[in-house]
Amino acid sequence: MSASTISNRSQTAHDAIRGESGVIEARSLGFRYGDRQALDDVTFSIARGEIFGFLGPNGGGKTTLFKLLSTLAPIQSGSAQMLGHDLAGETRAVRRRLGVVFQHPSLDGKLTVGENLAHHGHLYGITGMRLRERIAAMLELLRLSARERDRVETLSGGLQRRVELAKALLHEPELLILDEPSTGLDPTARHEFSNYLEHLREHAGVTVVLTTHYMEEAQRCDRIGMLHQGKLVAIAPPGELKSEVGGDVIVIRAQAPELLQRKILQRFKLSSQLVDGAIRIERIRGHELLRDLIDAFGEEIESVSLGKPTLEDVFVHLTGHQFFASTAQTE
Amino acid sequence: MREIFLQAATLWQREIVRFIRQPIRVMSAIATPLVFWLLLGAGLQASFKPSGMPAGIGYAQYFYPGVIVLMLLFTAIFATASTVDDRRQGFLQGVLVAPISRATIVLGQALGCTTLSLMQGAIFLAMAPLAGIRLSLEAIVVSAAMMAVIALAMTSIGLAMAWRTESTQGFHAFMNMLLLPIWMLSGAVFPVAGAPAWFQWTTRLNPLTYAVDALRRGLYLAEPASSGATMPMGSSVAIAIAFAAFAFILATRVARNASTI
Repeated sequence: MSASTISNRSQTAHDAIRGESGVIEARSLGFRYGDRQALDDVTFSIARGEIFGFLGPNGGGKTTLFKLLSTLAPIQSGSAQMLGHDLAGETRAVRRRLGVVFQHPSLDGKLTVGENLAHHGHLYGITGMRLRERIAAMLELLRLSARERDRVETLSGGLQRRVELAKALLHEPELLILDEPSTGLDPTARHEFSNYLEHLREHAGVTVVLTTHYMEEAQRCDRIGMLHQGKLVAIAPPGELKSEVGGDVIVIRAQAPELLQRKILQRFKLSSQLVDGAIRIERIRGHELLRDLIDAFGEEIESVSLGKPTLEDVFVHLTGHQFFASTAQTE
Repeated sequence: MREIFLQAATLWQREIVRFIRQPIRVMSAIATPLVFWLLLGAGLQASFKPSGMPAGIGYAQYFYPGVIVLMLLFTAIFATASTVDDRRQGFLQGVLVAPISRATIVLGQALGCTTLSLMQGAIFLAMAPLAGIRLSLEAIVVSAAMMAVIALAMTSIGLAMAWRTESTQGFHAFMNMLLLPIWMLSGAVFPVAGAPAWFQWTTRLNPLTYAVDALRRGLYLAEPASSGATMPMGSSVAIAIAFAAFAFILATRVARNASTI
């Protein structure tokens, strides 16, 4: 099984269902910072109404891709059509219909929530009655109405993120692009934020593209593109990705993991990975192997877990790299 | 056109509002030059007699227009510094992906910072009588206009630097290194007459000299003999306006080519 098979299969299926070209059609996008190839030959298509997540460790190319799609970085190689416009040549037409949420706050903390939204509206040519209506509607949608006169710097992180979202949606974009939207949010706020995105898709038909390194956040997307070292290594719905990993995943912690790993190889003719000091085995009907392992090496095992594969397992499976370890490596 | 006006106006308004909500910025921008003037003016009053000036005009009077220009310079530096961080992790990020040209962004920023400078300039005009300067209505109008031109020039230089500098520290270092000598060599601090030849030449090549000279004439319109101005008003004003226009266009060019990656 290779990454490209996953990619091709789901892409074809998707196009067949839609029968139309996507909100984003990216072909062979590449980007270099001097000598460093940050993005390499990235091709994908995102359909209207989809919630699509780019998942990858830091340094994987997510932020570069975000900058290209949000019109901040120029197209160096390849091409992209967004909302029927050429991203490189018709930037202004794209910008009118695009909403962007940045990883770092883009609100002016000295201004109130309402003032921030009003400035945003003006930049998009929205004024007067229409501006007031849009602000009221967005504040209500994100349950911020009571905060309109509060200065942004006095709000909690979670509330500020919601104001960011209200701002990005004020001019009724058809496509919303978010860079690491849940950075700095606690799990509850993160979950809530995901709910808002789903709500938007349901009620406003907004297409959502986000980057993330949180598995739970990626898990809630319709499809995921996995980025590793600037390349798109897989693109598919999360469930489909996980089914590519063989069966269950067993993770064993032991006093002497290398030694135990060799013993497992000798005894069960079973090769395993050593990831982060733990032995990791992919196996269909893992519970049977688990029982045999405990019978054989019960004394040497400190703890053991058996689970369905997670997106992290998929990443390890596809790249041979630990998701968070490769973070440390590239930073 | 309406859209450009609306966009520039909204960015202008934001500069003003966020400034007013930071009282410490307001205080420091006024206090710093005032302290300069009080201490330097008072200290040098006794020992320093500006050359080529009528009797009874002390250093404190000579230095007053110079202090106003210093205030405009400080305001420009502080008001434009935020652009450095703002475009990477602040408010400007959202502006950069909006359907607005970079020139319009710079226009809004420059007008905002210029207005801030003028607000502080008004305070200095109000205090001018304390420095022994007799003001007339014409003097106030002409001085304010010259302050606006100087502020626009300073702000545009600040923006041009801020749009291409990566760190705030680097920005402050560079601006101080660039603008303080320009200020000192503009006749704002010392009269040019009697200075060494190289000093006189540098001063003559410095566009700010003409702006300062025109501000002197404006400020002392009611008592021209005390102005300490040495150049004809017409050419000074023309050069000052050309300087501001050049700096502004430079800022829009730099902003257009500035990297946002």
